[in-house]
Amino acid sequence: MSRVPFYVLVGTLLAIGIVLTAFRYFHYDVPFTPGEQRQVWEVEAQINFDADNGPVRVDLALPANQPGFRLLTENTASSGYGLSYLREDNARHAQWAIRQANGPQQLYYSAQFLVTDGEEAFLAEPPPLQRDIAWARPYDTAAREVIDQAHARSADAFTFTRELIKAFTDQRQGENARLLLSQYERPVLLTRLLNQADVHARIVSGLTLEDGRRRQALTSWLQVFENDKWVLINPRTGEQGKPENLLLWEAKGNAVLEVQGGSDSRVSFSMLRHNEPASVAVRNQFADDTLLNFSIHSLPIEEQALFKTILLIPIGALVVVLLRVLVGLETSGTFMPVLIALAFIQTTLLTGLVGFLLVVAVGLVIRSYLSRLNLLLVARVSAVIITVIAIISVFSVMAYRFGLNAGLTITFFPMIILSWTIERMSILWEEEGPKEVLKQGFGSLLTAVLAYLAMNNPWVRHITFNFLGVQLILMAVILLLGNYTGYRLLELRRFQPLAKDD
Amino acid sequence: MWATPAKLQAKGIIGMNRRNIRYIGRYNDRRLYPLVDDKLQTKLLAKRYGITTPDLIGTVTTQFGVKHVAEMVEAYPGFVIKPAKGSGGKGILVVERQQDGGYIKPSGTRIERQDLERHVSNILSGLYSLGGSPDVALIESLIAFDEVFAAYTYEGVPDIRVIVFRGYPVMAMMRLSTAASDGKANLHQGAVGVGLDITTGTALRGVQFNRPRDDHPDTGHGLASLQVPGWDALLHLAASCYEMTGLGYLGTDMVLDRHHGPMLLELNARPGLAIQMANGEGLRRRLDLIEKQPEPRSVEARVAFAQQHFARQGELAATA
Ligand SMILES: Nc1ncnc2c1ncn2[C@@H]1O[C@H](COP(=O)(O)OP(=O)(O)O)[C@@H](O)[C@H]1O
Ligand SMILES: [Mg+2]
Repeated sequence: MSRVPFYVLVGTLLAIGIVLTAFRYFHYDVPFTPGEQRQVWEVEAQINFDADNGPVRVDLALPANQPGFRLLTENTASSGYGLSYLREDNARHAQWAIRQANGPQQLYYSAQFLVTDGEEAFLAEPPPLQRDIAWARPYDTAAREVIDQAHARSADAFTFTRELIKAFTDQRQGENARLLLSQYERPVLLTRLLNQADVHARIVSGLTLEDGRRRQALTSWLQVFENDKWVLINPRTGEQGKPENLLLWEAKGNAVLEVQGGSDSRVSFSMLRHNEPASVAVRNQFADDTLLNFSIHSLPIEEQALFKTILLIPIGALVVVLLRVLVGLETSGTFMPVLIALAFIQTTLLTGLVGFLLVVAVGLVIRSYLSRLNLLLVARVSAVIITVIAIISVFSVMAYRFGLNAGLTITFFPMIILSWTIERMSILWEEEGPKEVLKQGFGSLLTAVLAYLAMNNPWVRHITFNFLGVQLILMAVILLLGNYTGYRLLELRRFQPLAKDD
Repeated sequence: MWATPAKLQAKGIIGMNRRNIRYIGRYNDRRLYPLVDDKLQTKLLAKRYGITTPDLIGTVTTQFGVKHVAEMVEAYPGFVIKPAKGSGGKGILVVERQQDGGYIKPSGTRIERQDLERHVSNILSGLYSLGGSPDVALIESLIAFDEVFAAYTYEGVPDIRVIVFRGYPVMAMMRLSTAASDGKANLHQGAVGVGLDITTGTALRGVQFNRPRDDHPDTGHGLASLQVPGWDALLHLAASCYEMTGLGYLGTDMVLDRHHGPMLLELNARPGLAIQMANGEGLRRRLDLIEKQPEPRSVEARVAFAQQHFARQGELAATA
């Protein structure tokens, strides 16, 4: 009988699990540790304009996910305005509209951005070349001369752009440059010149993020394309590359703000930086509905909380498998310790342990009386269940009276499981004596405590909750453990007399 | 205190995990388990194959029948009640004799009729069976064990366990109950395990609580002189259980009855590993040798093969 299919299965599970996990880590920036702090920028755009006493439509370009920044949440505030988010050829914008408005108006848009280490470049479609660039009379020769000069001193689109910008910086400004600048704004002028020289380029708007700044304006940047690549060039200095704290607000070369039915419109920005635990940041992420981002976070908060516990159960099962297969610990009821451990999570360890021992001890005493009544098993176990409920109620009331609020959590114990535990222990006591009861009871409690420690570990909770792929890895590990033919730890002691004599 | 895995490996000791995966998982078809997990089925099967088992006095299958237990056993001085699907000695009630309407256990404690009925009722409810599923109570006649063992046991029937692998008897031991084991032949409760030579059926080594012993703790009788009479017949009985059940890795529990000779007490599809302790030897070498043997051979050939290859010298000090 071949083991190949088994290893193929385990390998597949491992591979899928690791890929899913890596995908969550690399692509969605979910960190592996819960305590990790992530920077989050809170950016607010404030739009001001005067309405002309009539219908108003306001369009604001919105930023998208980009290397270095991931959009977490966004909100708007705009009393009386209808709002819709629109998407036009890959650019998002918000559109406010109102039938009738007059006087100064204020609209707000705010967004949270998670800072990511965005190394990889993102692709952007180069804009079409503007062919019909018309220059008025003296400017056309000036432009041609500037272009020719820069062309002679450069090798490709990027160096050409830099040379061009250099021609307009103060010290070396020639006559041609001064003439052109007198007529055109610098970024506009530069794109015109670039287009004229057959270089794909456009103006994009970015926001320089600095903590606590208010009333900031967007700055213009030149996006210059050559072949598949593009770079961002500062039109004021000629510096190439995107500064780390530059958030591209509008990256399509369109207008940032358009107001119809109003005048004197402007948009200003304020921003705030704060650090959040990564888990919080992750929770705030938009749930993309792709299959690969299959995540519990897309569920409502309440279901999430439930899943948080459910996803821990495989960890408890793993602990049981480890203790049974590798250590050889005996427990009463294979997975009973996992259920007890789940209860411990609710009660905290010490309260849980004390509560468990109290309930089982009192239960055993009462059970020993029941055994004298000569009852059928089902009736007896049912009686034990009721007894357990009674014990738990009495303890809760007592704990409350004594001001021990922790005692109230005792109700989290799985009562039916406890009853069976008591029944089994009681039989074990009658059949094999108290020693065996202590042994199995100790094994069960130790397993429960270890399972609790594993399941309550913040790191484990973080990993199981945020990386569903880990479940597949756990599955593969458990399958592999089920295939382990080596000795158990306790067997090294059990068979020790056999190894000794020689 | 602890042995290293390498040392155990070198000695050919088999651990639980290996037993479960390599032997039970590979050689025991799950569908055949009910044949041995249910003692009633084992009994009926044995009857068909002409293998003797303790006489069946009767079975109780309904709570209604519980009231008739006393009538059923009336004619028998000694009897045993056991759950059909029990294991590890759980739920076994041995009654040695009846006295004034009460029942006397081997330890001398007396129980009443209602205790008896409650016990049967518990068995039916599934208290002693795996997973708590409803069960059937078997009532068997008491085995009168062979007098040669009288000096080696205390308050209980000694039984002989032979591990049968692919039909070959590979290792054997005798379990002697002691005062510490409360008249039950369970090793972990303090019964003495005595490894037996496959060739001759003589004692090799004794252990109690994992420590070597040369004599019975209660009777004080030396174990070196222990020899199972009719050993070959007993090995044949054990080996033929392979054909009977089809299970490749099998624990056969047998007793020697004073009147009827070797009897099959029960079969086990998951026999324990304590037999290695009693023999002072790992199973691995023997199992490896058997795995190399070609398939079908007669019972006689298999027993002869085992007796030829697994001969050993005793390690017991000869005491009085
Ligand atoms: N018919 C019987 N007569 C006397 N003792 C018995 C009888 N049946 C069982 N026993 C005793 O009970 C022990 C366990 O019985 P067994 O049938 O092997 O059940 P289990 O599957 O629980 O081991 C035996 O080792 C033997 O000591
Ligand atoms: Mg048995």
